This record gives sequence, structure tokens and C-alpha cells, in this order.
Amino acid sequence: MGKATDDRLSITPYHRHEPGSQPSSLYEPYRSTVRRAPSKPLIFLPHTLSEVTGPVHGQDDIAETDNDLTRQHAAEPQGERIIVTGRVLDSNGRRVPHALIEIWQANSAGRYVHIKDQHPAPLDPNFTGSGRTLTDENGGYRFVTIKPGAYPWLNHYNAWRPAHIHFSIFGRAFITRLVTQMYFPGDPLFAFDPIFQSVPDEKARERMISKFDLETTQPQWALGYRFDIVLRGPEATPFEASR
Amino acid sequence: MSMIPTPSQTVGPFFHFGLTDHHSVGRIADAQAQGERVQLTCRVFDGEGIPLDDAILEIWQANAEGKYNHPEDRQQKPIEPSFYGYGRMATGDDGACEFQTIKPGRVPGPGNTLQAPHLNLAVFARGMLKQLYTRIYFFGDAANQEDPILAMVPAERRVTLIGQPDVAHPGTWSFDIHLSGQQETVFFDV
Repeated sequence: MGKATDDRLSITPYHRHEPGSQPSSLYEPYRSTVRRAPSKPLIFLPHTLSEVTGPVHGQDDIAETDNDLTRQHAAEPQGERIIVTGRVLDSNGRRVPHALIEIWQANSAGRYVHIKDQHPAPLDPNFTGSGRTLTDENGGYRFVTIKPGAYPWLNHYNAWRPAHIHFSIFGRAFITRLVTQMYFPGDPLFAFDPIFQSVPDEKARERMISKFDLETTQPQWALGYRFDIVLRGPEATPFEASR
Repeated sequence: MSMIPTPSQTVGPFFHFGLTDHHSVGRIADAQAQGERVQLTCRVFDGEGIPLDDAILEIWQANAEGKYNHPEDRQQKPIEPSFYGYGRMATGDDGACEFQTIKPGRVPGPGNTLQAPHLNLAVFARGMLKQLYTRIYFFGDAANQEDPILAMVPAERRVTLIGQPDVAHPGTWSFDIHLSGQQETVFFDV
């Protein structure tokens, strides 16, 4: 654009987030944000090559059982087996292939394999709760796991997190990096969870809730949930057929 | 924009077994990579100066020639097989983590400008609903004076973006991140 004399140096900036579609750093009902949120305004950064590039991943990053959390030990884990599948898209509706997705979660009793998790619920020797995969050419991905349990935390009296799976996604650029949580439909804890409620816009909040899907569900074997993930997209998309 | 992006949520306190126990990357540049060696220690503090023992830092950087290993970087400069450009580490009890890398070259900025050498840094932690982005520039680099991004930062706060060399140990650098408070680091709205 503008003064760039060399086409090779032109940058396509990314869409900025709409107000209310993302949480603010400070959300007082989630107490830990108070000492960890900046108090000064952020400095507006025009997008340069530093922002619109980012790490590229390949199949070498993935091992065979990485996307099946029920096959990582000698026997199957306890709990309700589920399939979680969906697509990674950008906000222009375009698929994002070769995106690295990493997940981690509590076991069916609501306990994490983590030294700092003191919740008195049993660990499961057959469940670690972490997985990785790479999206395919259509932006699609699929995990097999067990449904995580809800668990208590110390944010406020009688605080419980709705059941969730943590998702970490690398898109095409360092600024499309996303860490989020996938929730399950109809959870009665949504109304009481400050982390879920930290997103002001209701439609944006709904993006974090997976959908039960009968087509994904496999008879006599596992319930299926669909969870599409939408990353920021570039302002002007390259001139190519989308699909 | 036609679709609302998925909102960010905190990485929480229990990410290690998913992200960093087996998939941390401290060595951003291999021994064969060209460039001036940088041994970098980053520390993260909250608004009361207490170190965060549950943060993740991710770094993304260009190689010594100022080339990112990414298709969007169409500069006619070489990509090195031994240089990937990405690092990720969890902080320890002292709020610190270490990276081994090289000082990047200058990359193009807005218009016909050149940016000073810098590392792009994202910070994630429990109590952070979304990551914060900042940059690490290198103390003493003459190009800092003409960097188009540093020029957008109020002069008195620029120091928060400058990595500091350990004069007793050449090649050793440190960068402190203060999420809030008097010494608050400059974070960018990207």
C-alpha cells in the first residue's frame, strides 16, 4: 500500500476485534485478573511483517495417538467417551489448513494431571488429558477423548468451573494465536462462571460452546460434539476461490 | 467481517502437561544458525512485583538476515534450515525462563521504513483472559533511534521494551515484563 515501491514488501493487515467480542484483560469478578491486567492503555500497533507471520507447523509435530486421548495408556480411561470435531476458519469464512491445535483437560472426575491440582477427586492412570493435531486441507480436525468433569476453584465461595477442554490454536500469523476453552451445551454453570462471562457479547460467548451433533455421534460407541474455531482473518483476502 | 472470532479464555494454571512439559522450545536458533548469539532470560511480574510462576512466554522472530520463516515474508533473502524462529517456555518459581537464540536482522516496517532488531513476545498466564503482546529490542542498537514502532511509544515508556545486556557476560541478555504497576511494560493493541 501507499509508498511501498516493492510488491514483495506489501502487507495485508488483519481485522481488528469488534468491541465486546473478546474479554478485557481486567474483569474483576475473575479475581486473578486484578494484579495481572495492564493499567495503562495499549499502544496501537500497525501490522508489519512481524505481526502477520508466525510459526508454521507440519505433520512432524504430531505423533500417532496425539489426537486420541483414550489410547495413550495401557487401557481405556474412565468416563464418557466423546468425539470432538470441527473446522478452523478465519473470520472471512476461509478454512485454515495446517493449523496446530493443542488441547488439555481434566479427567471425568474433574481432576487434572497437574501437581498443583489439589481437588480431592481421583486421578485416572489411563488418562493424561493432553492432545495435539494438525488441521487438514479443509481446516478440519478431530479428537477422541472423554468428557471432562466440572471442578471447584477458589475464586469465590462455591465456585465451580463448567466442564471445558482447553484449546490452543496457531493460525497463519503470530497475532491470530488463540488460547480458548470449549464448553458443552446447556451447562448450568455458565451463569456463575466469571471466565465464561468475561466475554461481553452473547453471540461471541456462544462461539465457545460446542454443539451436540448426531451425525458425528457413532452408534454404540461415542457421542459427538462439533466445535468450529474462528480466527481473525486478513482485511483483504488473496484473489482465489475460497472453496 | 462476516464471522465473529472465537473469544480468548485464560490458559489457566494447569497448562503445563498440555503445552510445555513436552512441547516447550527454549532453543530458537540452532548452533549452525548465523548471527550474534543471545542467551535471554525473561522474567514476569504482576502489579505488586510478585513473580508469576505460571506464565507462558512465546517468542517469534526473524533470522539474522531479517527474514521470517513464513510464506508471507516475500523478501528475497535466504531461509535457514537450522532456524525456525519460534520459542515457548513456562516460567519457573522465580518467574523466569530462558531462551537461546540469535539477534534478528532488521525487517521492513510501515511504508519504506526498516524496523530495529526485535523479538515479538506473547504472554499467557492464569489470571490473563487473553495474551498480551510486547516486543524486546536490544539495548545499544543504533537502529532503535529510527524504529517506527518505538517512535509510537511515549519516550518515557520506551525503556520497558529494551532488553538489557549483562556487561560481565557478553551475549547474555535479560528482559523483565511487568504486567501492571509503576514499571508496567508497554503492551501493544494488535
